[in-house]
Amino acid sequence: MSATPAGTFREESGRVAGDLQHRRRIAAAMGKYETARGPRQGAFLSWELGRQALADTKWEAVNRLDEHLERFEKEATARGTQVHWCRDAAEARDAIVGIIQRVGARRIVKSKVMTSEEIHLNSLLESLGFSVVESDLGEYIQQLKDEPPYHFVFPCMHLSREEISGLFHDKLGTAEEHDPEALTMIARRVLREKYVEADIGITGANFVVAETGMISITENEGNARLTAALPRVMISLVGIEKVVPRLGDLALFLPMLATAGTGQPLTCYNTFYGGPRQPGEADGPEEWHVILLDNHRTELLADPEQRDALHCIRCGACLNVCPVFRAIGGLSYGTTYQGPVGSVITPHLRGLQDWKHLSGASSLCGACTDTCPVKIDLHHHLLHNRRNAARERGGVERWVWKAFSFVMRRPFLYRMGMRVARWGRPLHAALLEGGVLDPVRAWTMSRELPELAEETFRERWKRRGGG
Amino acid sequence: MTVTLFVPCFMDAVYPAAAMGMVTVLERLGHRIDFPEELACCGQPPFNAGHWAEAREMARPVLKRLAGAEVVVIGSGSCGAMLKVFYRELFAGEPEEAMAAEVAGKVWEFSSFLVDRLGVTDVGARFARRVTFHDGCHGLRELKIKSAPRVLLGNVRDLELVEMTEAVETCCGFGGTFATKHAAVSTAMGEVKCAAAVASGAEVVVSNDASCLMHLRGLLVRQGVPLQTLHLAEVLVQS
Ligand code: SF4
Repeated sequence: MSATPAGTFREESGRVAGDLQHRRRIAAAMGKYETARGPRQGAFLSWELGRQALADTKWEAVNRLDEHLERFEKEATARGTQVHWCRDAAEARDAIVGIIQRVGARRIVKSKVMTSEEIHLNSLLESLGFSVVESDLGEYIQQLKDEPPYHFVFPCMHLSREEISGLFHDKLGTAEEHDPEALTMIARRVLREKYVEADIGITGANFVVAETGMISITENEGNARLTAALPRVMISLVGIEKVVPRLGDLALFLPMLATAGTGQPLTCYNTFYGGPRQPGEADGPEEWHVILLDNHRTELLADPEQRDALHCIRCGACLNVCPVFRAIGGLSYGTTYQGPVGSVITPHLRGLQDWKHLSGASSLCGACTDTCPVKIDLHHHLLHNRRNAARERGGVERWVWKAFSFVMRRPFLYRMGMRVARWGRPLHAALLEGGVLDPVRAWTMSRELPELAEETFRERWKRRGGG
Repeated sequence: MTVTLFVPCFMDAVYPAAAMGMVTVLERLGHRIDFPEELACCGQPPFNAGHWAEAREMARPVLKRLAGAEVVVIGSGSCGAMLKVFYRELFAGEPEEAMAAEVAGKVWEFSSFLVDRLGVTDVGARFARRVTFHDGCHGLRELKIKSAPRVLLGNVRDLELVEMTEAVETCCGFGGTFATKHAAVSTAMGEVKCAAAVASGAEVVVSNDASCLMHLRGLLVRQGVPLQTLHLAEVLVQS
């Protein structure tokens, strides 16, 4: 394994791209997704206008982020919620560990908290001796497998039923069972016990509503509800970009998120949390903490060109339609957020030079941008990241392009280049093609070289005597 | 009118027949062709690689020469998008900003020029083959061209147009230097596209983007699949 993120990415993406079983499995899953999503999108009066409306609302939210977050804090605090502002991963970890230690908790149950992957919460809590269980079925499977989520909406979509059954058999000692219902029941049995035992529940949030001081969580399994309802203390870890100004905004966000993400009209459970248990209420946590995490998001906010990346509602649609994602799978990225959006934001969150390779690993086809429900200019931002990276550190590549430019702007050199290519072609075919010394092996490994015509267009044009 | 033809290097060397086909079709329609021989590259390769200063250096003479044109027609959606969409971004805040906007208004991808600008939907061609069409991503998504090439193919006598049913608007995996920088990924993407083209039952894959054709052909020939690749302009001159 290469030590650098770029080296690991190269190895992993190359390996998975050649794995035909993986390719078939993901294509089948995404095919089902597309079939489900198509008619659902069509059921909107205008999906396009809806996209524009979401983008406008997010624009409003993100461009006045400070005001909306303060409003949220004010409203949430008024109902007894404790709001923590955390600049980076370390502050968020400290805040969470502080709460856990203060209340003397031992057992923690989590539900779909992608943000916690960002701050590496599980490994920290486990190293401190706490038991941490993921309650989302897909995440639970990934946790058992000791592997990060493959896709931030479908964490274990790359596994077959047989593989999951085998995993349960190994880790939980259950009998081999290939029926999805039965597998779910196994997980449910194990997880229900964990809920009852847990003294802290950690959730994420799909939306943070400034107007009412609430968070909104969207899920299909109901695990987040249990995570929030049963333990004594609830912690919600959310990125600051999750804010929307008004509760009414969700009337469009919730159905569009569901349709874009999974092809559903609405996700099965849509819950709003407005604070800890109030006097006279029958259930709910005694304490509710909302951790508002920056972790370099404000740097993205400071970049007017790519600020719209903060609109992301993590629906996963850009991953689903991305031909690169389908080819290399989610784990190759080595990031919390996979696919196009991950390739756009990770260089901002974790360092441009270390993560610029993700912006390079794209044919810039733009399928992501077309599908994004909040209209993030994803594939153009990949170009922007490439430009920013090259401007910061041009490397030898800059000289290659300088030479290229020099030749291409000089008709004489260009013609000479064409002639050399034509002469060189048979030699190349006879001596080098496909071998280790082949300078264009990256192409010829899997593809024939383009056939050079006997006569270029320019030569024909000249022979014809011009126009 | 006088149509200025922009012929990028790969069309010059690999697809001269496609460029010649464009000349033939346009001349038959009574237009005069102006061909600036000295313009071999729009600067997209360094632009896509992030080296915008070098891209600008390459784009500047292109811009200056095309500023004087009546209309500019290009046989590749990818170069078309560079001139029509990305030059404006590349030259934002530069002295050539206004010129880039002006040139953008004159640039047309070949099929869209025929159908959307000239209103020509039938060029009188005949081609008795079963054909599927591959949308180059830049043409499809940057230039929003989807129907023009299909309208033209639909009016070719004896031609049967069959659409792919899988990977319909999916990228062929070329992506310029991406094809060699991430060869395995690019190949995997191309294989998906080729399989879709084969499954369509077509005998020929036609595209309005020569760069996609180069990639698809490379894969198909290597796989030994007898599926031919042709540029739209090559089909439109068949009789
Ligand atoms: S970038 Fe857009 S499509 Fe991708 S996950 Fe975010 S909201 Fe969804």
